Amino acid sequence: MPLVKGGKIAADAFVHVADDADLPGDGALLVSAARFLEDPEALLGRAGKTGVIWPNNRDVDDLVPYLDRLAVVALVFPTFRDGRAYSQARLLRERHGFKGELRATGQVLRDQFVFMLRAGFDSFEVKKESDAEAFAATAKRYSVFYQPTGDGRITALHRRMQLRHSESAGP
Amino acid sequence: MYAYDEIDRTLINERVSEFRDQVKRRLSGELTEDEFKSLRLMNGVYLQLHAYMFRVAIPYGTLSSEQMRRFAHVARRYDRGYGHFTTRQNIQFNWIKLAELPDALADLAEVGIHAMQTSGNCTRNITADQWAGVAPGEIEDPRIWAELLRQYSTLHPEFSFLPRKFKFAITASEHDRAAIKVHDIGLRLHRNAAGETGFEVLVGGGLGRTPFIGKTIKSFVPGRDLLSYVEAILRVYNQYGRRDNIYKARIKILVHELGIEKFAKEVEDEWLAMRDSALTLDDSDVEDIRSRFTYPAYEKLPHMPEELKKAAHDPHFEAWRKNSTFAHKVPGYAIVTVSLKPIGGPPGDATAEQMDAIADLADKYSFGELRVGHEQNLALPHVARRDLPALWRALDKIGLATPNVNLVTDIIACPGLDYCALANARSIPIAQELTRRFANHDTANLIGRLHVNISGCINACGHHHVGHIGILGVEKNGEEFYQITIGGRADEHAVVGTLIGPAVPYGDVADVVEDLVEAYLALRARPDELFIDTVKRLGVEPFRERVYATR
Repeated sequence: MPLVKGGKIAADAFVHVADDADLPGDGALLVSAARFLEDPEALLGRAGKTGVIWPNNRDVDDLVPYLDRLAVVALVFPTFRDGRAYSQARLLRERHGFKGELRATGQVLRDQFVFMLRAGFDSFEVKKESDAEAFAATAKRYSVFYQPTGDGRITALHRRMQLRHSESAGP
Repeated sequence: MYAYDEIDRTLINERVSEFRDQVKRRLSGELTEDEFKSLRLMNGVYLQLHAYMFRVAIPYGTLSSEQMRRFAHVARRYDRGYGHFTTRQNIQFNWIKLAELPDALADLAEVGIHAMQTSGNCTRNITADQWAGVAPGEIEDPRIWAELLRQYSTLHPEFSFLPRKFKFAITASEHDRAAIKVHDIGLRLHRNAAGETGFEVLVGGGLGRTPFIGKTIKSFVPGRDLLSYVEAILRVYNQYGRRDNIYKARIKILVHELGIEKFAKEVEDEWLAMRDSALTLDDSDVEDIRSRFTYPAYEKLPHMPEELKKAAHDPHFEAWRKNSTFAHKVPGYAIVTVSLKPIGGPPGDATAEQMDAIADLADKYSFGELRVGHEQNLALPHVARRDLPALWRALDKIGLATPNVNLVTDIIACPGLDYCALANARSIPIAQELTRRFANHDTANLIGRLHVNISGCINACGHHHVGHIGILGVEKNGEEFYQITIGGRADEHAVVGTLIGPAVPYGDVADVVEDLVEAYLALRARPDELFIDTVKRLGVEPFRERVYATR
């Protein structure tokens, strides 16, 4: 499953550690929420970076105390039809100020990229190779956005106001 | 009319090219049918019994003559020469070929029409009172807010994969023509004690297999906070709405299971955390949208022009005028409802020729503007009263002057088993038979206002729960049977109808309706007591007795 990061296909520096596997002493790790919450301090105290795979039916509030020490939060789309992680993503970014990598995992398809980018995701475990390759082109598919989100793209409403002001400021 | 600018046009064109790419990937096999399904549904494309069905949005029920002509073009070029207006201010084409869909969408996009989110588990077409902007006594034009909501909900990055579909309706009149109480969110513009305008917000209404009347979640939300409050509701629903069972996934079930108080508290907590955000609408935002709605330059015209006095001698004209024309907020003008319920015809259908002709009439008599209502009729919203006789003659010529608005033959019906893959039973032939039974206008007029609603399955697209007489098709041992309810209504006094007894076979439905009508005529206290009021006064028992005494 290719990882798209920074807009292109990239190697995944994080190792997924199964719940019953021993923890390596260093290196970047991605662990389940259950494993993380068993002993967060032990994980965060390691030498390597830590990431958590957070299920879409668990309140992100439980993760808030650790956000500034987490390198990655991976949210889950069990199927692309299940959109709960979009809300989690926006809450993490916009309300709780999470600055680390926000990764989309599960059934991640090309047709969700724009939604995901707007919700604050910046890395993607993409299901199909062809979709991963199409990332850059697909991400540019839309140039108009009606809603304000934390991604900072200007909304249609505000673009109109700017256009109007620049017109009225003219000669 | 709202005029699209370059920004709106860019977005729908981008959507067309996205969909073109999706169709291409489906046809090449790169997308599985399961993956494609959600994508096509978000563009209003269903796979029906015989072909793909294509549902196109008419936001808040307003369209221009140019847009109507484009529907005629799509019907002719890509379909079989007709279209079907639905209960949610959409039009459906029933015979579209998948490979041609992107072209049909592109043709529509040229006139600012799209099919975005007319299906799928996302926010659907924002519907409104079809008389918005012209109804006497309206607080203000609710379409300004409907357009703000349309933009807000279009391709929403957080709410495009909700547990289930999500429908908004909005009204600014005391009398509710938009059926806001049977929508996921219903909005009623009103003035509070301090004289400010804002919204009563209702949540959790809906029909389907578990009908609920919407409950007030907040009695006053100022306009500036409308989008943030709606976002709070949607966020709570997106996270906590059920996804384990499609029949329990609508917000009405979440509201019911939590109780309105607890649900309202969840929403309030969420809202307080984000109400002062980029979603807050300042006056200039609202004014910008308002400024792009154009209104006719009405003339100062007499209420009783000579033309009207003269035509009053023609009983056919008078029957139509009394039935199909309504008071306008501007003196000298009328709102004209155009019945799409001809005797013997499928409710809500119009041919390409009729669409073109009515577009011409809109240009000639209604400042180029048309409306579509949830009753599946059209309206010409700004007709000078002096033009009514000429308009009537022209409508009559194209078969659109049936004077049966709000009468027993003005039936709301879903496409049913004639088209729909979900249906258990036929709807259209039942409607057609009923219109023949009550074809006599004097009889229908004597009966008075009576809404008959027919759904071909439990999904209730024909809104049978809220028909004064509701007819629901079910299947029993491979045969079509129909459950009959009475006493439902969809207006400001919305209530779900009561079942009168065991389901009856296909061949008996029209007889049962006749029995109900005869019982009503015998039971009503006065000639002006409506069917619905007689049922309310007496309950279903006398009607039940009448229907089942001989069955």
